[in-house]
Amino acid sequence: MTGSYTHAAGFYAGDRPKIVTSRFEYADSFTLERYLATDGYKGLRAALGRPANDVHEEVKNATVLGRGGAGFPAGTKWGLMPPGNFPRYLVVNGDESEPGTYKDRLLMERDPHQLIEGCLIACYAAGLSRCFLYIRGEMALAQERVAAALNEAYAAGYVGRNILGSSFSVDIVLHWGAGAYVVGEETALIESLEGNRGMPRLKPPYFPAAIGLYGQPTIVNNVETLANLPWITRNGAEAYTAIGTKTSPGTRMVAVSGHVNRPGVYEIINGVTTFRDLFYGEEFCQGIRNGNKLKAFVPGGGSAPWFLPDQLDLPFEASQVGPAGSMLGSGAIMVMDETTDIPYAALTLTRFYAHESCGKCTPCREGGTWLERILTRIVEGNGTDADLEQLVEVGTSICPGDFPHASSERLGLSAVPFPYKMTTICFVGPSAYAPVNSALTLFPEEFAARVTKRNRIPVTAVGGE
Amino acid sequence: MSRLNDANVAIAQEIISRYPRPKSALIPILHLSQEQNGYVTEDAMKHIAELVGVTPAEVLGTASFYEMFKFEPVGKYVINICGTMSCALLGADELLHKAEHKLGIKAGGTTADGMFTIEHAECQAACTEAPCLQVNYRYRFRMTPAQLDALIDDLAAGKLAEEIPPHGTLARVRQHIPADKSVGALPPEAPNQEPTWMNGKAAL
Amino acid sequence: MSNQDTSAETPAEEGQDVQEVVIDPNAITINLNGRDVPARKGELIIAAADRAGDFIPRFCYHPRMKAVGMCRQCMVEVEGPRGPMMVVSCMTPVAEGQVVRTETEQVKRAQEGILELLLANHPLDCPVCDKGGECPLQDQAFSHGPGESRYVEEKRHYEKPIAISDLVYLDRERCILCDRCTRFASDVAGDPLISFTHRGNNTQVLTFPDEPFASYFSGNTVQICPVGALTAKPYRFKARPWDLEETESTCTTCAVGCRVSVQSSRDSLVRLQGVDVPGDPDRESVNWGWLCDRGRFNFESVNNADRLSNPMVKTDGKLTATSWSQALETAARTIRLAISSRGADSVGIIGGARLANEDVRAWAMLADALGITRRDAQLDDGLPAEIFSLPQASVNDAASATTVVLLGPDLKEELPVLHLRLRDAATKRGVRIVEFASKATGLTRHAWKSVPYEPGNQVAAVRAAVADPEISAQFAKGNVVVVLGRANLAESSDFTLQAFNALADAIPALRVLPVLRRGNVRGALEQGLAPQSDGDTRDILEAAADGHIECLVLLGADPISDVPDVDLARRALANARNIIALDTFPSASSVLADVLLPVAAFAERTGSVTNIEGSISCLSQRVTARGTSRPDWMVAVELAERLGHDLGVDSLTGLAAQSVENGTRTTLSTSGVTAPDRNSYALRLVVSRKMYDKAVGTVTSPSLVGLAPSAAIHLNPRDIEAIGTSAGREVRVSTSRTSIVLPVRADPGVLKGTAWVPFNLPGADVRELLGADQPVTDVRVENLS
Ligand SMILES: Cc1cc2nc3c(=O)[nH]c(=O)nc-3n(C[C@H](O)[C@H](O)[C@H](O)COP(=O)(O)O)c2cc1C
Ligand code: SF4
Ligand code: FES
Repeated sequence: MTGSYTHAAGFYAGDRPKIVTSRFEYADSFTLERYLATDGYKGLRAALGRPANDVHEEVKNATVLGRGGAGFPAGTKWGLMPPGNFPRYLVVNGDESEPGTYKDRLLMERDPHQLIEGCLIACYAAGLSRCFLYIRGEMALAQERVAAALNEAYAAGYVGRNILGSSFSVDIVLHWGAGAYVVGEETALIESLEGNRGMPRLKPPYFPAAIGLYGQPTIVNNVETLANLPWITRNGAEAYTAIGTKTSPGTRMVAVSGHVNRPGVYEIINGVTTFRDLFYGEEFCQGIRNGNKLKAFVPGGGSAPWFLPDQLDLPFEASQVGPAGSMLGSGAIMVMDETTDIPYAALTLTRFYAHESCGKCTPCREGGTWLERILTRIVEGNGTDADLEQLVEVGTSICPGDFPHASSERLGLSAVPFPYKMTTICFVGPSAYAPVNSALTLFPEEFAARVTKRNRIPVTAVGGE
Repeated sequence: MSRLNDANVAIAQEIISRYPRPKSALIPILHLSQEQNGYVTEDAMKHIAELVGVTPAEVLGTASFYEMFKFEPVGKYVINICGTMSCALLGADELLHKAEHKLGIKAGGTTADGMFTIEHAECQAACTEAPCLQVNYRYRFRMTPAQLDALIDDLAAGKLAEEIPPHGTLARVRQHIPADKSVGALPPEAPNQEPTWMNGKAAL
Repeated sequence: MSNQDTSAETPAEEGQDVQEVVIDPNAITINLNGRDVPARKGELIIAAADRAGDFIPRFCYHPRMKAVGMCRQCMVEVEGPRGPMMVVSCMTPVAEGQVVRTETEQVKRAQEGILELLLANHPLDCPVCDKGGECPLQDQAFSHGPGESRYVEEKRHYEKPIAISDLVYLDRERCILCDRCTRFASDVAGDPLISFTHRGNNTQVLTFPDEPFASYFSGNTVQICPVGALTAKPYRFKARPWDLEETESTCTTCAVGCRVSVQSSRDSLVRLQGVDVPGDPDRESVNWGWLCDRGRFNFESVNNADRLSNPMVKTDGKLTATSWSQALETAARTIRLAISSRGADSVGIIGGARLANEDVRAWAMLADALGITRRDAQLDDGLPAEIFSLPQASVNDAASATTVVLLGPDLKEELPVLHLRLRDAATKRGVRIVEFASKATGLTRHAWKSVPYEPGNQVAAVRAAVADPEISAQFAKGNVVVVLGRANLAESSDFTLQAFNALADAIPALRVLPVLRRGNVRGALEQGLAPQSDGDTRDILEAAADGHIECLVLLGADPISDVPDVDLARRALANARNIIALDTFPSASSVLADVLLPVAAFAERTGSVTNIEGSISCLSQRVTARGTSRPDWMVAVELAERLGHDLGVDSLTGLAAQSVENGTRTTLSTSGVTAPDRNSYALRLVVSRKMYDKAVGTVTSPSLVGLAPSAAIHLNPRDIEAIGTSAGREVRVSTSRTSIVLPVRADPGVLKGTAWVPFNLPGADVRELLGADQPVTDVRVENLS
């Protein structure tokens, strides 16, 4: 399909329970009219009909795991704000740019009112008196759809002063970025929103819930996280926890991309669905392309350690994926079939993080680019064994392994332990090395071959700058 | 002319009024100036510094951090070809080379007629539609070199002028907060008040 | 805040038994590399380790700026609940019992890793780099580095040094992006004219195109740059660290008393650097290591070729070089004759602020011996020495007060580093500033309340302010320090004294930080050159003008350039029978002398000076004095001998500054002048100093001479409209006595109905308009027809 917007690009419904994508099949899903015709703003009404604290409790009981990557329960996070310090702010993280991640943009383009309603419920429940909805700069359509929806909602009295004639008043301000992945990190997001360079703040002590926007208590939540709230206040926490597992209730959106027959975005049952279901299931990706064999996959965004086929049966459950040595992150799954050139695949991710470093921490600023240079050289077939050692050395300077290196039995190279220890402030630094680490430790022979056999692949196919 | 024109100053003022601190409006207003001039000019940055009450150096510091801001003229159509993993696995490089060949420029360059700029872009949050690209931040999904070829011709022929505005224009719908509905942006140091609805009673 | 609390407690502590051991509630103990060391609650691990003598490598951390944890060099291991954790010690506060290790294998590996990465893009041009030999990056690469670099890639390339201001060059290839200069510019100096630009591996420090880093404090960024990225024009390629000789001394450019390291190479001064001793309240320097650019760079003046190097005596109308004995003989004869013919009252001594305390003592002893009472160290541009007998406050007292009242000059222009200290107090320590000013100052935007007044109306302004409930409530909190000085040379100083009395009435137990600006003016006044009875400089000049002065002695003073009433100064020097001048340069006044004696300049002699707060610090010699120049005290001693008096001193030791007991006065004596109503001269004049002007030290320093703006009249835009002129155009500015022509500058910081003309700038001389007898100066401003 060539990309025209109206096309239901990317999303595959199926007949699973839907919490956040229920309106996606309608062509006019983004209009207030359609929204109202499909339970729109009923969740808000329900919420406003109860004391704010009850609503907060409800959300807490539902254990809505953060969908931005960290997976921290929303209701609990709201409880971390110091009492008695106002104003408090809500900052909506719509900066979606983690490699492989594709869901927030759909939620903003296809169902902006659902997001707005979610923001309103959060503000009401947690006593947040102003909301800034930060949308990634490159998402023109999402910005248009959310702006239009906000204008509709203001006109209809769903946002602004005395919402629905109640004592609840809040402004939602649409804000948009200008191209910087790291701004997705919540403290960088706040810096950016203050008009500064989007460099992460040191934390602790600056957890946004305590000291955030303009130094005030601030809740940063992901778009999908908030999009869950209307359903919850409509149907109750019990109905929500009835779906999925105890530790990972509800559904979540995942994007499966790469070498599968039907790459797409799916709303799946949390904690239950396995990677095998996803890759091979009829209602999902329907197998690896051209019947090829699966080589490896990235389970949770560009910075997640890679999995081999032997981990296919893990369910979408943090408490199982974590111990297995990786993370679910932002529901971004990238699939590599047997034909994949592993060093090159790693390069495309390392290049990303090197390019997106904010430049604050020495290891990330200097190390990321250094890794990219070495890797490019190796991929181009000009690498030496010394380069392999150097990759590990630089990596160890960014995310120190156990010292002296726990050398991997498969090649005399170290495996950096996960979760990464880091010499940097945020995860961008370690993320630049993560793919190298996975590739090197899982497929050492491909590197060995590449540094001995010269120019195995034509330089033109590398695609680096 | 490269300072903000009066209409845009008015818009800028409205944007500034939405934030507890004027500097927060910096990025939106930089976009506004880029929409006006196609790129961010020095005069615009000086003007914006006046509007939000910071030094031009601070405006430059912020602006140059973000990739979407250009400091010299770029093509009417900026084509961003995604090269991150999912797109790379499905042929992003071919697309880039196709574009470079057809337009006779390298990634990062602009055609002599000022029509096209090509850039190697990072993940565009459309990985399931790989390989994808954006023209002035409007998507094209699952592109083949042939489709890219046709796209460039269409753009050159002005066939897509409707859908795709010239570089600088982002969202064509602006948020408008009606005065009678607006709660207003209190400065954070305004008297520390618990929101009225936190009184333990239902708001409705 | 903490300083505030403690200082707020002091009253309570009075009357406590002195013997009683006070246990510091903030004292805790941490375990550092196996030993228990003391630390203070809330301080950072790196600071505690510094005091304990365990050096942790660092680049971005600076004890006087907020930590940013940017370079990641200072990582150490802290024992945590889940085993040892790597933390950056410049971001992690200490805690009771905390176990910190700075030398484990883990830490070594981490620190080596960071250093290798920092060096990756750093050019290895140390041999040609000003910093080479004193470079933290170079040093720590040796002490904590991996040895050799394995970076074989192409390094970053930028245009080699670019001038980011008249004084500072930036070499972006050497920059390691520690955020020190940029943090200093925005957080400390308040001049965010340099900023990080671009991102990631392309991050660089830059100014905005055509907007130079024109900060009065730019030199500090060069001093704190941990590599050779920022270099100072006056020092570039002048010397190598290993052939530098240095001594600690005190800057005498203004009266703040900044502690400096004076550095020379081959017996000529090459650099001044600020000295700081953080974490030790007793040895702490008043300037925290900062300097203003004027103080940092005007050492060039000492090296200037135009310095006086030989004594000169006027023979048939012109000064000709001679021997010291000849010159001293002539000087002695002149004084003897004056006294014998018309008595000691026919001799006047003006000046002393440029002298060291010992010089002052010697000259005071000589004057006493000869019965000379007409003496004054000020030039009719300050406040009476009485202000030193008010209850005094130190700079630290002011910086930790609950409220600071500004009743004086624009500190940013006249006492720049005091401005930094008070800016820090207001922006970071919650000290509230109440400012009284007739034009916006550098601290106005940080003031809690800024009360504008028209020249002559400050008393009314103060009365109104103390009547304001909010302000009086603030004063009632106690611990108020009044910064008291001369704000306007076009008005009588008496208004300031009256205004102070009004404050003193309203605020019990206030303390005063007097801010007279000239180098050692406080020392000069306290050590014996204060006017006796009422023979101050204005009286002496008037007497001279009327022909009553037989011999006028100028101790490093240049009345013709500095006295506000220039006409009076000219007449006085013309009509004084004889003039004896001690100076370092020929000046407008000293060239009129009959005997001109060359004296040792800054860093050419030892001694001591007294700063604004009355503390005495050392002056050290670093280079040999120019030509046959001598210290001023020697001249006094030898003259005494020739005049038959033995001062009983043959060296500095006999001249040690005498201690001064703390003041007991609560109010100042005033003559109660009042400001007349306006007439057709509609604008009331404010005349005050800019940092760069025609001061000798500035015009004789090649790097600074170009920085003084040219004379102009600053008007409120509304007045500019009313007059019907515009910025840049020239106007005629007249008083009843005369008129001058000046270009107009628009300045919203100037009150409507007033005009500000900076003092002593190149161009038309505003002093032509000033009359010593005028309580205020009203001017008429007209377009040139
Ligand atoms: C480098 C980095 C990039 C991130 N990018 C995003 C992002 O694009 N969108 C997002 O929602 N969260 C992102 N996060 C996570 C946010 O920091 C934050 O945890 C999240 O927005 C909190 O919302 P949630 O609790 O609802 O998940 C990122 C984190 C890091 C360290
Ligand atoms: S790790 Fe990289 S992106 Fe994150 S703060 Fe440090 S430099 Fe910036
Ligand atoms: S000194 Fe601590 S990070 Fe730079």
